[in-house]
Amino acid sequence: MSDEHFDAIVVGAGPSGNAAAYTMAKEGLKVLQLERGEYPGSKNVQGAILYASALEQIIPDFREDAPLERHVIEQRMWTMDDASHVGMHYRSNDFNEEKPNRYTIIRAQFDKWFSRKVRDAGATLLCETTVTELLRDSSGKVIGVRTDRNAGKVFADVVILAEGVNGLVGQRSGLRSEVAPDTVALAVKEMHFLPREVIESRFNLKGDEGVVIEAMGTITKGMTGTGFLYTNEESISVGIGCIVSDFAENETTPYGLLEAFKNHPSIKPLLAGSECKEYASHLIPEGGYNAIPRLVGDGWIVVGDAGQFVNAVHREGSNLAMTTGRIAGETVVWLNRRRDEMTKANLTEYTRRLEQTFVMKDMKKYRKIPDFLHGNKHVFTLYPKLFTNAAQSWFRVDGVDKRSKEKQIMSSFRKSRSILGLLGDAFKLARAWR
Amino acid sequence: MIETTHATGMKVEEKLFQNRYLVDAGRPHIKVLPHDKPSKALLALTHACPAGCYAENERGQVEITADGCMECGTCRIMTAKTGEIEWNYPRGGFGILYKFG
Ligand SMILES: Cc1cc2nc3c(=O)[nH]c(=O)nc-3n(C[C@H](O)[C@H](O)[C@H](O)COP(=O)(O)OP(=O)(O)OC[C@H]3O[C@@H](n4cnc5c(N)ncnc54)[C@H](O)[C@@H]3O)c2cc1C
Ligand code: SF4
Repeated sequence: MSDEHFDAIVVGAGPSGNAAAYTMAKEGLKVLQLERGEYPGSKNVQGAILYASALEQIIPDFREDAPLERHVIEQRMWTMDDASHVGMHYRSNDFNEEKPNRYTIIRAQFDKWFSRKVRDAGATLLCETTVTELLRDSSGKVIGVRTDRNAGKVFADVVILAEGVNGLVGQRSGLRSEVAPDTVALAVKEMHFLPREVIESRFNLKGDEGVVIEAMGTITKGMTGTGFLYTNEESISVGIGCIVSDFAENETTPYGLLEAFKNHPSIKPLLAGSECKEYASHLIPEGGYNAIPRLVGDGWIVVGDAGQFVNAVHREGSNLAMTTGRIAGETVVWLNRRRDEMTKANLTEYTRRLEQTFVMKDMKKYRKIPDFLHGNKHVFTLYPKLFTNAAQSWFRVDGVDKRSKEKQIMSSFRKSRSILGLLGDAFKLARAWR
Repeated sequence: MIETTHATGMKVEEKLFQNRYLVDAGRPHIKVLPHDKPSKALLALTHACPAGCYAENERGQVEITADGCMECGTCRIMTAKTGEIEWNYPRGGFGILYKFG
């Protein structure tokens, strides 16, 4: 593979790399994509919810053959303590639309499908090939990559780093610093199989309808994190994740957290009788806007998780990955057509275009959320207990009059946190949310 | 010894047993560098690694058996400041092979 020269090399075949490679190959560019896994998806983990709009902009008719599990018609947001949960549910028949908005997917299958589209568009994919470093010319411009396949070198006008959250190539080539432990979450996840009729009756679904549950509270033992449970066609994805620096400080094991979550009285019946077929773990970038590294340089662009593009509040990542990948691909096509050099100055067009999209707008909107959550751990411990206790006191009919109950609830809030503390938390959250 | 059994009785080894791996025999992709006393960060890996790969030996040093590793990168990031481990991806094609992911 040595002497060949490509218009672009894409490192990684996750959603960001596939979006970039597809966009460029479709426009006739000569694209080489390198993936370290045996097949695309073999190293990748997601919840997984697919947001249709980002993929629609790349492959408008994806619904015809993409491996989609269920379209989401109901979202449950749970605040949990050890015995209970308080929930906010939104279910709407409007989500049973002709072109649904969100689907559950299984990443290994989805990535294989996306990759087939990339190859059909004309890109060359080499799997089982780990990129080990960037190659530069005497001016420092990136001109290709070295791989672990017979120490092979390959050259291109531009290298798109779609290498995911660990981002070793970019980091070891000095393009960015090591990921900080307080800007990533470690998530563990299991796949539990059940007959589809059981899932449908358990979750009150018909056909391909699906439910997702997002949960927070004492389930993370005081650490910043969340749990989730998503319905697939014949399986349930269940997982939990917390910030890595919190795992460093606590004695908890990730699998212990997952077991406790699965055994929570609100979750256990949903999984009863299922067969677990896989245990997975992966990092999620959660540092937000302030953790975004440099995105372009002479001969290189960063997309997806490698650029920390995840909106942790809304649990969006793959759509930001696909959108950044697509826009990087479009920028390269545009420069290629104009016969412009892939210099840092010219590639900055990518970040200019990103600023106009929901990606940068949302990243900016929530830039203060990570700090708020790190500094306010009682969001995960105290408040869930207060909420569930208040609900219990309110709903339990025991001869105590309602005014006394109101007083009791108010005083339980005041006792555990001063009025100023309560107001302060609300104020800080509102400010971080803006 | 490393605590791998949760109160519910589930061992992490039983979880890993369901996974598919292609082990690159004799070429571990993670190494703990020789040390007398592990830093707090290195010691924390005995509970933070989701595959339970790290354990403390009788001499109080931390050892790794990387066979069940899922290549998440947590250990690398946690010890980046202390530099106590050497971390690389397995050779192309080796390591964890997610069926679902
Ligand atoms: C548990 C969990 C739940 C999630 N849930 C959701 C969700 O519900 N919805 C959502 O939108 N997002 C979710 N995300 C986030 C989403 O998975 C990511 O944002 C998305 O996968 C990022 O895509 P990517 O292409 O940038 O990176 P990745 O998907 O990580 O792909 C990177 C690719 O590069 C390859 N690679 C890395 N280094 C090299 C190298 N040196 N040489 C060759 N190949 C290399 C890897 O093998 C991999 O295939 C979740 C993440 C996790 C972990
Ligand atoms: S990469 Fe993850 S699974 Fe592998 S040893 Fe490190 S912490 Fe454990």
